[in-house]
Amino acid sequence: MSNAVDLEKIKRFSADIRIWTLRVLAEAGFGHIGGSASLADVLAVLYGGVMKIDPKNPKWEERDWFVLSKGHCAPALYATLALKGFFPMDWLKTLNKGGTNLPSHADRLKVPGVDMSTGSLGQGLSAAVGIAYANRQQGRDNWIYCIMGDGECNEGQIWEACETANSLKLDHLIAFVDWNKKQLDGRLEDINDPVNIEEKFRAFGFDAVTVKGYDTLEIYKAVERAKDNPGKPHCIVLDTFKGLGVDFAEKVEFNHYLTFGPEEAEESIKEIERRYAEGTYPGGDLKW
Amino acid sequence: MVKLLKEFRASHKEMRQAYCDALIEAAKKDERIAMVNCDLCSSMGLKPFAAEFPERSVNVGIEEANGCSMAGGMSVAGMIPFFNTFAVFATRRVYDQIFMSCAYPKLNVKIIGGDAGVSATNNGGTHMPFEDMGIMRVMPGVTVLEPSDPVMMTSLTKTLAETYGVQYMRFTRKKTLQIYEEGSEFEIGKAVTLREGKDAVVFACGLMVAEALEAADMLAKEGIEAAVIDMFTIKPVDRECIIRYAKETGAVVTAENHQVIGGLGSAVAEVLAENCQVPLERVGVKDEFGEVGPQDYLMERFKLTAPNIAEAVKKVIKKKKKQDWR
Repeated sequence: MSNAVDLEKIKRFSADIRIWTLRVLAEAGFGHIGGSASLADVLAVLYGGVMKIDPKNPKWEERDWFVLSKGHCAPALYATLALKGFFPMDWLKTLNKGGTNLPSHADRLKVPGVDMSTGSLGQGLSAAVGIAYANRQQGRDNWIYCIMGDGECNEGQIWEACETANSLKLDHLIAFVDWNKKQLDGRLEDINDPVNIEEKFRAFGFDAVTVKGYDTLEIYKAVERAKDNPGKPHCIVLDTFKGLGVDFAEKVEFNHYLTFGPEEAEESIKEIERRYAEGTYPGGDLKW
Repeated sequence: MVKLLKEFRASHKEMRQAYCDALIEAAKKDERIAMVNCDLCSSMGLKPFAAEFPERSVNVGIEEANGCSMAGGMSVAGMIPFFNTFAVFATRRVYDQIFMSCAYPKLNVKIIGGDAGVSATNNGGTHMPFEDMGIMRVMPGVTVLEPSDPVMMTSLTKTLAETYGVQYMRFTRKKTLQIYEEGSEFEIGKAVTLREGKDAVVFACGLMVAEALEAADMLAKEGIEAAVIDMFTIKPVDRECIIRYAKETGAVVTAENHQVIGGLGSAVAEVLAENCQVPLERVGVKDEFGEVGPQDYLMERFKLTAPNIAEAVKKVIKKKKKQDWR
């Protein structure tokens, strides 16, 4: 493990991502809090220690690239990018408002730091495959990251993209599945049972592992391990929970999209800080 | 510059061969150019490209959706992908992928559809695109092209390689009439006048250009002078040209190897309705699916022949006489 990375700082960054994601969505009054909350830890690892990026030069060609295939969870990415200085924090107040630079779904044309527009599910991994191929083709030594939803893996195109990633041996592609167990209409197994996501990726030629998706250290180690295992594309399944770290969302079964305001957000932020102080962040003492 | 052959003749090259040769030339000049295909490398005539640039050729197999979004990703990272498959799959099957992964993010992806319209012959109705131009025309910012001969194909392929954006180009597979002199160059959105005429104008695209020229010959023998325009850019359509000829002739016919709904006929009708309401007849497929058969049979079956165009011209001239549109 690299000593250059400050893991406590990454953990704190994840708390700040959750806090600002809450504020972004509270300002709008509604949104995809469940799947945004479960992304905070992986985003903190990627943007807080792993990715080669330059917020002042978002289109720097030698950078590492990122595709948020589950584009509806863009608020968490926007919070991350703003905290990293890709654009002013003020922008976060404008989510979904008329004329905003921050639309509900990730938009490469409007948001500095967003590499690919997404929103219609199932396409981001294919785009990441294209980005990985093109970067290798142009002789760049960089890494391409992609985060998919677990429900999103219903889409057949995900598995098409896996075939191509494997055939082209795109070993600089690191894909994550936010395995938070729920999709819009309910629990995965009650909708269209995906059976075993990790095994499926392995069967499609990926180097696949599952880690605690709310544990920044585990995620970090998994990324480092992937980088040390050339020859295959990588999949890291993030075993986590929808709404994790946002107490009101944790308590709601159907928490894909919730309506809430600044008061609920501030209460949840206090709870994040409380858990952080007592060392139980992000999940507290909840039994999942 | 565009130069017409003194005498039109059967082309030496198939359209797909002209396309592949031009793509190879473009790729020699620009190393960002790459080819994505979907298990139709042979049918699309792209094997020579794959042989010359194996490292810039990706065959994703029968995964059109994946190939299309992948092309979007390649463009994001600085390459210029040409995404190739039969026109039915290049549009109908991957419509959302073109939207989400190419057009909406304003990327630089070339969507190339082979076996346009009746040229799908033996594959029949399942593979016969009569609606591809229509569905592509409504997608914001997308250019829609159908070249009429191999010389134009060569020029347009070069232009696509050099022009940023999402463009859809459909073409028929086999040999066509050669209309233009080698080396002619065409500008997207600028129609080409092939024949002047004062009684009516025929706007045609793709293989219907040859039929329109033949129809004009037939009509001339009866003393009717029909202008023929190669309207190879279906979007953005050449409004100026349409208005000019509509005003000069007062009678308009469109001819396309496609549904009259949504394609060239619709594009011309829109311009006429907004600017110059002259009588219009549209030659094309009338809200039907394709079917299997030889190309000649299918052109008769769907009324896409020179006599069908000549008949439409006579009909539209009669309409003109009945109306004092001016």
